Amino acid sequence: MNVGALSLAELYRRLRTDGVYLRAGPFVCHIFSPLGDVAEALRFGYHDYPQLDRTAFADFHVQIVPYGGLRRWVFPQAIFTMDTWRPIKPFPRALAAAWMEWGLNWCVAAHAHQYLMIHAAVVERGGRAVILPAGSGAGKSTLCAGLVLSGWRLLSDELALVRPEDGLLVPLPRPVSLKNESIGVIEQFSAQAKIGRRWGGTSKGTVAHMRPPVESVHRADEPARPAWIVFPSYDPTGPTRSRRCSKGSAFMELASRSVNYRVLGARGFDVVTRLIDRCDCYEFRYAQLGEAVARFDTLPSPQETTSGPTSP
Amino acid sequence: MNDRDVLLDALREPAAVTALSLEQWDRLVRQCRGAKLLGRLAVLLDQRQLLDQVPAQVRPHLDSARAIADRHQRVLRWEVTCLRRVLGGLGIPIVLLKGAAYQMADLPPARGRLLGDIDIMVPKTEVQRVERVLLEHGWQPLNVHPYDQRYYRTWMHELPPLMHRDRQTVLDLHHTILPETGRLHPDPQKLFEAARRVGEGPFFVLAPADMVLHSAAHLFQDGDLAGGLRDLIDLDDLLRHFGQEASFWGELLDRAKQQDLCRPLYYALRFAGRCLRTPIPEPMIAGAAAWGPGRHVRWLMDALVSRALEPGLPGTTGLGTSVARWVLYARSHWLRMPPWLLACHLTRKALRRWFQYEDELKPIAPPVLPDASAETPLDPSRAAPK
Repeated sequence: MNVGALSLAELYRRLRTDGVYLRAGPFVCHIFSPLGDVAEALRFGYHDYPQLDRTAFADFHVQIVPYGGLRRWVFPQAIFTMDTWRPIKPFPRALAAAWMEWGLNWCVAAHAHQYLMIHAAVVERGGRAVILPAGSGAGKSTLCAGLVLSGWRLLSDELALVRPEDGLLVPLPRPVSLKNESIGVIEQFSAQAKIGRRWGGTSKGTVAHMRPPVESVHRADEPARPAWIVFPSYDPTGPTRSRRCSKGSAFMELASRSVNYRVLGARGFDVVTRLIDRCDCYEFRYAQLGEAVARFDTLPSPQETTSGPTSP
Repeated sequence: MNDRDVLLDALREPAAVTALSLEQWDRLVRQCRGAKLLGRLAVLLDQRQLLDQVPAQVRPHLDSARAIADRHQRVLRWEVTCLRRVLGGLGIPIVLLKGAAYQMADLPPARGRLLGDIDIMVPKTEVQRVERVLLEHGWQPLNVHPYDQRYYRTWMHELPPLMHRDRQTVLDLHHTILPETGRLHPDPQKLFEAARRVGEGPFFVLAPADMVLHSAAHLFQDGDLAGGLRDLIDLDDLLRHFGQEASFWGELLDRAKQQDLCRPLYYALRFAGRCLRTPIPEPMIAGAAAWGPGRHVRWLMDALVSRALEPGLPGTTGLGTSVARWVLYARSHWLRMPPWLLACHLTRKALRRWFQYEDELKPIAPPVLPDASAETPLDPSRAAPK
């Protein structure tokens, strides 16, 4: 049964009693919250996700709960916790649903070192995936949303999960986080875009989440083979343009965007090396979303190279 | 079986995990992670070739914890190398304490261990010189409030923590193992005399008996038992490892008397034996029994420590556990300073918190190089004295 098949009242009841169990990509998340906004946001953003009955083992147990004695009534706050960790400072309760997504990102980024994790969006089409590494504000989520609305499968909008043993990308499809002007851009880009409530006043401005396409959710068990690494950057001052970049500079950029490169040590180096070997690497600046998406249709097939003897 | 027993069984008898249900695994993983023991569990299971018998959903968590622990070990080894380069030429003995010592001396508590701060001890007469050299090579004071500086320098057994500006690692510079204002007064000179050289360079580790006594003192005299489960397991590891040498136990008893650490050793043996079934020879138990408190205090400590060591999860940490930890926290303060000093200290802390004196933090310049100034601390909350 999907989350969307439950009534809001039923979902809210589960959320504030036993909690709700969701599978997002390879992770089972157990979410507990007494806040109605969180129930609404879950029902919207995770509409097509299978809703699990209480499972014996969950990867992350998270709680989004009101915070602070008297503050319950005066400028009420809430807090995100994963067991004994408080990765985020208390935030205004009205923004709980927005912060929940960032909290879940933290859970993965801080604990899933069985993967090499890159701060990147990942989309796939025709059996080949593009990795879009970029920091906050570079336009990767907007571009990712545009691609996903144009026939590409969403693997992730925030964290690329690379399997060290074979270099494949593991999907982690979750609501795509859009900020400020991007929200309007995506709404205009496609009538198929399903965007939830806007949350204003966060540290990143106004935030909203786009529900991932049904197919992306249903294919969350299919890893993808990486073929391109494209470093995107929104730049309205010039034309949409791309440039091949050298493997060396791509390596440095990719490693710097890898969330747990240093945790993995030598193994991280190997994984990034093999990724760079098998992918074509580009820098990409775009001024207009439609042009950018069209340019991705013309990505040539990658030519695999090897950089000397590599271990399997 | 309660959670604590499942956790301790898993660490003492790793083969026991093969009988766990998925639900028990769920709780075990969360509690081990919270107690900083998940990396240890991963290493133990790997050493006994039991990882393949771990359920598929659980295995990634162990692999991930192992990766984190390995990273911490690398950071520690590199940090020791950097310290060797900076302090090696001074001709001063540098005793590594706790995690750094376990790692460099290749002792069992190093397995799967997460690095906190790096603790080193130098003779009191050399503290200023060592601090100056560290400040010249990129370390910066982490907490610069003048009161905190005075707290550490005047009354405690360590200087305020130093953080390296590039590597972000934190160094605690000690000159003895318990606060000078405290109730017990081990002689640091004896510690240096008995210390053993480790690796190349200026580094030493405490002699086995001293290492055990330091661990006991840290846990039962100076600590509030936060993270107590891991520290108790370290103690158990050390006792089992060193206890293989028959002469160790007698030395431990004698050393405790010499160093005025009888009561902490009593508690260490008592709780390691009860919670972890550490094999302790009978004469040892009999010898240490005389150092125990009266019946009522003993009963109280049994209850408090037993509760405080519960691994706990959100929503399941009982009031009893929180109260027990708070009482032990208060006890550690009580043991740290005479009552009048404690009253002053707590009052000042309360006033600071109330009026948010942290806003008045000023950068301080290192003693040499008058044109250098420390940047504002990255996390002022981190090193405020307890």
